[in-house]
Amino acid sequence: MEPVTQSLLYLDNVSVVFDGFRALNALSLTIDEAEMRAIIGPNGAGKTTMMDVITGKTRPTKGEAMFAGIHDLTKLDEAAIAQLGIGRKFQTPTVFDMHTVEDNLLLALKEDRRAFSNIYWRRTAREKERIEILLERIRMTDQRFRKAAELSHGQKQWLEIGMLLAQEPRLLLVDEPAAGMTDQETADTAELLRDIAKTQSVVVVEHDMQFVRDLDVKVTVLHEGSVLAEGSLDQVSANERVIEVYLGR
Amino acid sequence: MNGTGFIDRKGWFFIAIVLGAAVLVPVANLMVPEGSPLHVSDYLVPLLGKYLCYALLAVAVDLVWGYCGVLSLGHAAFFGLGGYAMGMYLMRQIGPRGVYGNPILPDFMVFLNYKELPWFWWGFDWFPFAFVMVLFVPGLLAFLFGWFAFRSRVTGVYLSIITQAMTYALMLAFFRNDMGFGGNNGLTDFKDILGFSISADGTRAALFAASALALAGGYVLCRALVTSKYGKVLVAVRDAESRTRFMGYRVENYKLLCWTLSAMLAGVAGALYVPQVGIINPGEFAPANSIEAVIWVAVGGRGTLVGAALGAVLVNAGKTWFTGLLPEAWLFALGALFVLVTLFLPRGVLGLWDTLAAKRAKPADTAVPAAKPAE
Repeated sequence: MEPVTQSLLYLDNVSVVFDGFRALNALSLTIDEAEMRAIIGPNGAGKTTMMDVITGKTRPTKGEAMFAGIHDLTKLDEAAIAQLGIGRKFQTPTVFDMHTVEDNLLLALKEDRRAFSNIYWRRTAREKERIEILLERIRMTDQRFRKAAELSHGQKQWLEIGMLLAQEPRLLLVDEPAAGMTDQETADTAELLRDIAKTQSVVVVEHDMQFVRDLDVKVTVLHEGSVLAEGSLDQVSANERVIEVYLGR
Repeated sequence: MNGTGFIDRKGWFFIAIVLGAAVLVPVANLMVPEGSPLHVSDYLVPLLGKYLCYALLAVAVDLVWGYCGVLSLGHAAFFGLGGYAMGMYLMRQIGPRGVYGNPILPDFMVFLNYKELPWFWWGFDWFPFAFVMVLFVPGLLAFLFGWFAFRSRVTGVYLSIITQAMTYALMLAFFRNDMGFGGNNGLTDFKDILGFSISADGTRAALFAASALALAGGYVLCRALVTSKYGKVLVAVRDAESRTRFMGYRVENYKLLCWTLSAMLAGVAGALYVPQVGIINPGEFAPANSIEAVIWVAVGGRGTLVGAALGAVLVNAGKTWFTGLLPEAWLFALGALFVLVTLFLPRGVLGLWDTLAAKRAKPADTAVPAAKPAE
């Protein structure tokens, strides 16, 4: 099939209506290969709904959502979309509490996802090596045998980012990665995400303006389910309509 | 499977006890003379065998509830179907020795004016066929039920209620005479199993040993599953289902496999139960039976397999003793037990044992935080 578009992610005129409420209203957005984008917007702007559409949790009422130009995201389910290479980190860190840090990463590794073949699974040298590298990257090598439930909030956030990386996605959707982190952790997280964006596309939804400034990338402002403004953080913060929305006229 | 070490110390201990019982109980019943303090009475052998069948049912419930997070209130359905499959084989073994002396039709069919054997009874005179049905019928029901339920993402209490409805519906269906399964009275008056008299001491002892082997085998199978990567995914589904889905796992397939296997184990438990108690009737499908199985697992320790088996034996031994004392009060005692365990022993008897063992192992560690006030 011929790619419809060169962009990695292509949303065109997407609307989602819940019982008459327009969560997304003709939203259009494109993300390029290895691009990092920050999405900001007040509560109810449609940020989470947008992620739900991209990951297959919510079906759009109308509009088009394409991945890598050839995959129609509106026709696939969550598992299929994840296997295509779209990883999602939730707002509240969701890790597998009863598993060790290492097992959390192991389950996330891009490997056979079928039930039957996982009964006969044995750890390969390659899996072991990749887990080592990931542990190193999220700085949790010394925590590897701890249960995820025992980790601090910030560590869980990092573990979840590590799990996202283990999936080797082409596009990472990251919902408020800095929520509840200390200043140092926030700065480290920004650095980690910038590093990831060298090879993979990253979409970050964030409330923390300092964090967005640290990321230093193109910003998209959502409001009432559609794009209000797009550009650098300085540009959008100078935009009159953005000020109006954020400060409430 | 996770290398050689998928069975832990507790597991080996459990297997040793069950296999030990498989040998010792028959020996103590058949070889040790009556009157000796080591003699196991003829009354006790099938009773203990029954406990082992319940223990296998509990292990099956624990596999889906403890590891996959699916609280089944309908496992009695699978247990009962396995039991009926075995019961049908046993009925066909009666042959012309029934009250009406019909060589083909079981007594209840003669009584109900059946002219010929219904098609779904065909083949049940042959043990290997009956054995396959013991696995196949509960497995098929579980597969169909799970296919629809898990695909439609029915979870939590809604799923539990549907499982309860499933077993209730089966109970009502089997109560009807024209279902062809003996209606209200069920299947009973068994004579032989595999050519051996079902009431003979040797047969009883062999059935006990078979139950013990099935329990040990079922445990090893479940343990291999839950320690594999498949099992790790199951636990992930239990604790964070949507996370697992967004990671690319087809959660419904994982649940379906676990659920179907569990149902087949329950079917085996039912099949071993019927020849030891000598009857199977629609009462086995009663919703209360499924709930009791869940209580055994909770009492023993959910998500441990060994605990589930232990809980089944403990609660049923308690039931036997208590109903001898105060039959009417048993359900109240069971309810109280469930409430107490939920409140004070959330990890069951096995969890309590673990806690005590940990305290004994390193008393210094636990003393330190107590000595130091809050930081």
